[in-house]
Amino acid sequence: MDVVLNQAFAGLSMASILLIIALGLAIIYGTMGVINLAHGEFVMLGAYTTWALQNHAGLGVVTALPLVFVAVAAVGWIIEKVIVQRLYTRPLDTILATWGIGIILQQAVRLGVGAESRFVRGPQWLSGNIEIGALVMSNYRIFVISFSLAILVVTWLLMTRTEFGMKLRAVIQNRGISECYGIEAKKVYSVTFAYGAGLAGIAGALITPLFSTIPTMGTGLVVDAFLVVIVGGLGSLMGTAAAALLIGEVTAIFSIVINDTLGRIAVLAGIILLIRFRPRGLFPSDIRR
Amino acid sequence: MKRREFLGQAGAVGTMGLASGLSVPALLSGVGRAYAAADDIPVGLLFSLTGAVAVVEHTLHDAALMAIEEINAAGGVHGKQLRAIIEDPASDPATYADRARRLMIRDKCVSVFGSYTSASRQAVLPVTEQRDNLYWYPTLYEGRECSRNVMYGGAVPNQQQDILLPWLVENFGKKIYMIGNNYVYPKEENNYCRILLNDLGGEVVHEEYVPMGHSDFSSVINRIRAEKPDVIFSTLVGDSDVAFARQYRAAELDPEKMPVCSLTRSEIEVKAIGGDAAAGHFSSAPYFMSNDTPENQKFVENYKARYGADSVTHFVSEAAYFQVYQFKAALEKLDPANISPTEIRDAAVGMSMLAPQGEILIDPNLHTHLWPKVGQWQSDGQAKVILQSEERITPKPYAAYPGQQCTGDGLVKS
Repeated sequence: MDVVLNQAFAGLSMASILLIIALGLAIIYGTMGVINLAHGEFVMLGAYTTWALQNHAGLGVVTALPLVFVAVAAVGWIIEKVIVQRLYTRPLDTILATWGIGIILQQAVRLGVGAESRFVRGPQWLSGNIEIGALVMSNYRIFVISFSLAILVVTWLLMTRTEFGMKLRAVIQNRGISECYGIEAKKVYSVTFAYGAGLAGIAGALITPLFSTIPTMGTGLVVDAFLVVIVGGLGSLMGTAAAALLIGEVTAIFSIVINDTLGRIAVLAGIILLIRFRPRGLFPSDIRR
Repeated sequence: MKRREFLGQAGAVGTMGLASGLSVPALLSGVGRAYAAADDIPVGLLFSLTGAVAVVEHTLHDAALMAIEEINAAGGVHGKQLRAIIEDPASDPATYADRARRLMIRDKCVSVFGSYTSASRQAVLPVTEQRDNLYWYPTLYEGRECSRNVMYGGAVPNQQQDILLPWLVENFGKKIYMIGNNYVYPKEENNYCRILLNDLGGEVVHEEYVPMGHSDFSSVINRIRAEKPDVIFSTLVGDSDVAFARQYRAAELDPEKMPVCSLTRSEIEVKAIGGDAAAGHFSSAPYFMSNDTPENQKFVENYKARYGADSVTHFVSEAAYFQVYQFKAALEKLDPANISPTEIRDAAVGMSMLAPQGEILIDPNLHTHLWPKVGQWQSDGQAKVILQSEERITPKPYAAYPGQQCTGDGLVKS
C-alpha cells in the first residue's frame, strides 16, 4: 500500500514534468500545426538561461522563472519571424527547418557555454519532504506539480477567455476569413509561437534542479512531449493534461511492477495500440480545418 | 566491411608508396620498417572532441596532450619529438575504427591513445590487432578482455571491488541495492560484486538497470525506500548518475544511513551534481584529485595552469596522462632506429613508474597494477580518501570467470 501511494505520487510528479514540457508544444503543434522539432532545445535554452542567471546574477530558480520565460519567448519570436513564418504552407519543410534550428541551438550552446553538465542549485526553501504516514513527497516536486497546473489554467484562460485567444481560435479555424475581419494572422502566430517557446523555457528552468543540464538534454524530452500531445489529441489542452497524467502514472506503475527499461517499452507499445484505435488521440478537438 | 578493409589496405600501400617517392623497395619492405623513418615519433590521439562522450573524452585528450607537450618540452625521447596526430571520432564507434585505421596506416603511428567507452574500444580492437599496433586505453572497464595490442591503464572489477566490498559490508551492512545503466559494464561489475558478496554473506536486495540517459529516478527512489538497503551500489554513468544523485538528495535520503557507493562517479560528475548533493557518498577508484603525492601536485598544478583554475582531474584523465609517460619510458629502453608497436609493448611490460596515484606497474597481461582507494565526497567537490589499499592490486580481468586467466601469452583456459 505504501509503495502504491508513493508510486502514485511519483507518477503525478512525472506527469507534471511531462505536462509542463508538452504544453508549449501542444500550442505550437496542436493549434498552429507546426511540427516544432526544436522544442526540446527551447527547454534546454530555458535550463541554460536559469544556469546563467544563477551564476552571473545570483537569482534562484523560482525568481528566474519570469526572466527565463521572456528570454526564451524572445528567441522563439525571432525564430518564428525569420524562418517558421515562411513555411506555414509547407508543413513538411518546417520539420526539416526546426530540426536544423534545434541542431544549431544545441551546437551554439556547446560552443558558447561548453559541453559539460552544468550545476543549478535548487531553491533552498523548497528542499525537504512532506511525510503523511508512509507517503513521502518532495517539496520541490509538489511545487512543480502545482506550478504545472497553474500554467495549464493560465494557458486555458488565455485561449478561451481573452480577446487574443479568440483571435487565435479564429485564425486556426479559417485564416483567410479571419484576415478579412481585420485580424493580423501573422502577428497572432508570432505571439503564439513565442508563448509556446516561453513555456518550454519555463519547463527547462523547473527541471534543472532535478536533471542534468547538458546541451543534448532536449533531444529525449521532445519525444516525450510529442507522445503526450499525440495521445492527448491535437488542439486540446485538456487532452494534453489528461495524456500527461495517463503516461506519467502508467510509466510509474510499469516501472515499479517490471522495471524502468521494460516499463518504457511497455508504455511505447501501449501508445502504438492507442493510436491504432484512436488515431486522433484521446480528446480530439472538433474544430473544422 | 570487407570492402572498406580492402580500401583501407589499398590506401595504405598507396600512401606508403607516395611517402617514399613511389620506389619499389619501399613497397616491398612491408609495414615493419616504416616506423622509425621520420625525424619525430608520430603518436595518435583518438579522443572524441564532439558528440555525446566528448564531455569526458575532452578531458582525456587534454591530459594526454599535456603529457606529450611536457615530454617534448623536456627534450623528447632520444632527441626526437613526439608528434601528436589528433583525430576526432565524434563519439561514433564506426568512426573510431576508421580513424584508428587512418592513424595506424596513413600516419604510421607507433601507438594510439584513445577511447572512453567500451563500445569504442571494441570497435578499434580488430584494427589494432590486424595492424599489430598498440592502443592505449585509459579507462576503467569491465574486464573479460585480453588483447595483446591494447594497453589497459584503468581498473578492472577486482581492482575496484576487492577492498571496497568487505569494507562496505563491515561498516554499513549486508543488504546491497544495485543500480546501473543497461549495458555491459554495470552487468559485469554487478556479476563480480555478487561473487564477493556471496563469500562475505551479503545479500543483493534488488538489482536493476535503467536505460542510458534515463533521468527520472522517482520510481527507483521509492523502491529504495521500500527495500531499505544498507548501501546503494551504483554503476550509473554520466547524466543518469547526475540526475540520480540530485534526486536522491531532493528525496532527503541520508548518506550516513544509506550511502551511495559508485564505481563511476568522479570529480567531473560531482561538479555537475553539486557538492551538497554529493557530500557523504562514496566512490571507489585508484585516483582522486585530492591525492597527496608530489607527482599528483605537479599533475594538478600543470593541468589547472593549462586548462583553467576550475578544471578538474579525475581517475580516467590521470591514466590518460600516465600512459603517455609509460609509452615514453618504454621508448627510452629501445634502440631509436628500430621502434615498432610490439617492441614498445614488450619493453613496457614489467615497467614500474611513479604516477599521481602511486607507484604503478604494467603486468605481462598488459593491464596495470593500481592502488585502489575509497573516497568520500566532501561539499567542496573533492574526495577525502578514507580507505586505501595497503598493497598494489594485481589486475585480474577474468576474476569473475574461474578457469580463465589473462596472461602474457593471451587468454589461458584451464
